[in-house]
Amino acid sequence: MTKSVVIIGATSSLARSLAHQLAQRGTNLYLAARDEVELDRIAQDLKIRYHVSVGWSRFEALEFESHREICDRILAAANPLEGVILCMGELGNQPTAQTDINHALAIIQSNYTGAVSILTPLANALEQQGSGWIVGIGSVAGDRGRQSNYVYGSAKGALTLFLQGLRSRLSKVGVHVMTVKPGFMDTKMTFGLPGLFLVAQPDDVARDILKAVQKRKNTVYLPWFWWGIMTIIRAIPEPIFKKMKL
Amino acid sequence: MSNTVQQTLTGWGRYPVVKSTVQRPENLSTLSHSLSSSASQLARGLGRSYGDAPLNHSGQTVLMERLNRMVAFDAETGRLRCEAGVPLHEILAVFVPRGWFLSVTPGTKFVTVGGAIAFDVHGKNHHCAGSFARHVECFELLIASGEILTCSRTENADLFWATVGGMGLTGIILEAEFKLKKIASAYIKSFNIKAKNLDEAIALFAQYEPLYPYSVAWIDCLATGRSLGRSILMFGDTASLSDLSPQQQVNPLPIHEQSKLSIPLDAPSVLLNRYTMGSFNQLYYHRQMQKEQRAIAHYDPFFYPLDFVNDWNRLYGKRGFVQYQCVLPMATSHDGLTEILQRSSQKGWASFLAVLKRMGNQEAELLSFPMPGYTLALDIPIKPGLWAFLEELDQVVIRCGGRLYLAKDARVSPASFRAMYPQYEDWLAIKRQVDPDNHFRSTLSERLEIQP
Ligand SMILES: Cc1cc2nc3c(=O)[nH]c(=O)nc-3n(C[C@H](O)[C@H](O)[C@H](O)COP(=O)(O)OP(=O)(O)OC[C@H]3O[C@@H](n4cnc5c(N)ncnc54)[C@H](O)[C@@H]3O)c2cc1C
Ligand SMILES: NC(=O)c1ccc[n+]([C@@H]2O[C@H](COP(=O)([O-])OP(=O)(O)OC[C@H]3O[C@@H](n4cnc5c(N)ncnc54)[C@H](OP(=O)(O)O)[C@@H]3O)[C@@H](O)[C@H]2O)c1
Repeated sequence: MTKSVVIIGATSSLARSLAHQLAQRGTNLYLAARDEVELDRIAQDLKIRYHVSVGWSRFEALEFESHREICDRILAAANPLEGVILCMGELGNQPTAQTDINHALAIIQSNYTGAVSILTPLANALEQQGSGWIVGIGSVAGDRGRQSNYVYGSAKGALTLFLQGLRSRLSKVGVHVMTVKPGFMDTKMTFGLPGLFLVAQPDDVARDILKAVQKRKNTVYLPWFWWGIMTIIRAIPEPIFKKMKL
Repeated sequence: MSNTVQQTLTGWGRYPVVKSTVQRPENLSTLSHSLSSSASQLARGLGRSYGDAPLNHSGQTVLMERLNRMVAFDAETGRLRCEAGVPLHEILAVFVPRGWFLSVTPGTKFVTVGGAIAFDVHGKNHHCAGSFARHVECFELLIASGEILTCSRTENADLFWATVGGMGLTGIILEAEFKLKKIASAYIKSFNIKAKNLDEAIALFAQYEPLYPYSVAWIDCLATGRSLGRSILMFGDTASLSDLSPQQQVNPLPIHEQSKLSIPLDAPSVLLNRYTMGSFNQLYYHRQMQKEQRAIAHYDPFFYPLDFVNDWNRLYGKRGFVQYQCVLPMATSHDGLTEILQRSSQKGWASFLAVLKRMGNQEAELLSFPMPGYTLALDIPIKPGLWAFLEELDQVVIRCGGRLYLAKDARVSPASFRAMYPQYEDWLAIKRQVDPDNHFRSTLSERLEIQP
């Protein structure tokens, strides 16, 4: 029986690339995101192009009380379950987050607590199944707090630690957890933002993600050279770093 | 509202070069919200128009490339409904293996469905299949008021006809429904025949066109005297299974491959001059030794011979190039073409890609380019003196009752445009109703002084 992959944040540009590449190899999909109109269109597109089965549910990270039910629906439809990809993320606006605490909380919930809330029951289901994988999209922004985006960065950093712990727990039962830390990608999150460099195409990042999960990598920087860039950035001593404009 | 970014854009001919404020919506709600902005707007597909049609220097350019979902397909009728940003090469990749092909395709597969409708593009089968719009059932159009209207031959019919060939000036096409055609194989049974001059070319078109749905001629526009208009005519029809070799029969519906060849740099402008092009044309004409030649070709080299090199437009150097494509009515074609070819070869305005094709009946008429007659297309690098020369050709075209293809144009004057498109006023009346404030604008529309 064909296995299914679940994508949370399926309307993301990166998720669309991942969905196409998975569907192209015949994997069934289950999509979750907050925009129903878009979910339906994306699902139709995948069905027409690749003749795979695609289900979807509305999922809003901030509506915690709905997550249990959505998770049940996902598990009923995406069965047997091959893996889960978490693409959800919200860059938000750092200056706004410094004055509007609700905005700051929404960023944290969209990147972190909402992710914990939906990944936890899905991880438990994989644990019971005793196989499968979880891919979580973190960010290089989670490697070091920077004045330009530390609310987002802190949530991504927290997600990285969460995934790390989950990896260690699930490795005992044969479920693999991979953390992805992309650099800049050419997506709707970043389109039009100033200061981008070495911007990668989501199609290429998606290809690398699927390769890396096959090889059961633990943490990958994508494209690979971000590993080097972040090693340098992490090595800058704090007294100097705090004076920099990053 | 979505973010915007400043970008320098051009069309395929890389002239003119225009700074634009660009947005790239990825979902429908962002696109409809973007309209609230007061700046003028223009949708852009893959920028395969040559000149200033896909540019908007004074307002926003809306890149349609990520609105590229297929939303419905009826495997009985071959009707596909998809968003306007879907490129034709993706339609081929999905549907050729299932035995479907585009009813009409231009000479490159790197155009979007929106661009194909907005210029009502034609293919090698215009003489029997008409232009792209003939196969379009309906589309959704976002107009300046923010409304989304369904347009078809029966619903908002005026707007349907004004948007077909309307160059993005009536609104933004969101999604469209159109028919694909059934094919037995991905191959074309082709037949090439040489014509030693224009008279013979025209006679051969008339003789073979009834037999083949696809036809086009490559014409050596540097040949003079008795050889004026010497050409190689290429006809084709979809190959049936029995036409294929045993090897091809194993998989009769393979799709095109992705091209890996690119031109890494702009070529120096002197590369393409009358001597190099003259030699190229000599070689090309004599490459085919026999008078006639038959073959089974894959659809990719047959329909899209230029797609195998990405960015081939860089061959024309930094200054860019234009394509002068005109159509002349049947009655004046022979004399008009002779005059245009004579003038080009006399003045040495070399073109190494010149294409001649017969066009048949045309359904959409307001601003669509095709009309029954002959169309000639010359690629010409931009050099001093070119504009004056092309003005002369415009006068020939107008005298013959013909017109210029605005998808390839960057320079025709407002007056010549009006003389070439007699239904312009009818079109403008419809534009005035849906876009009284001229919200949808382009560098081309400003050049041609298109004002509701
Ligand atoms: C190598 C080559 C060969 C060609 N051969 C042919 C041929 O054989 N026959 C032919 O007819 N043409 C031919 N063309 C021209 C090409 O087919 C047209 O210019 C076509 O419109 C390009 O489509 P695009 O998606 O790149 O649109 P663009 O060039 O980006 O835009 C073209 C026009 O369409 C409008 N537009 C784009 N999307 C939308 C939308 N969603 N809603 C409203 N308006 C929109 C734009 O505003 C603009 O006015 C050729 C071009 C090349 C480069
Ligand atoms: N682009 C980059 O440069 C970059 C760099 C590093 C890491 N990343 C990460 O990569 C992942 C993919 O992002 P992307 O670049 O493809 O951007 P994107 O298109 O903006 O994707 C973000 C996704 O998260 C969804 N989302 C946000 N908040 C949500 C909420 N509260 N509830 C439910 N869904 C929510 C979005 O839904 P809507 O579509 O409805 O908005 C969208 O599906 C994200 O985790 C991002 O943080 C991106």
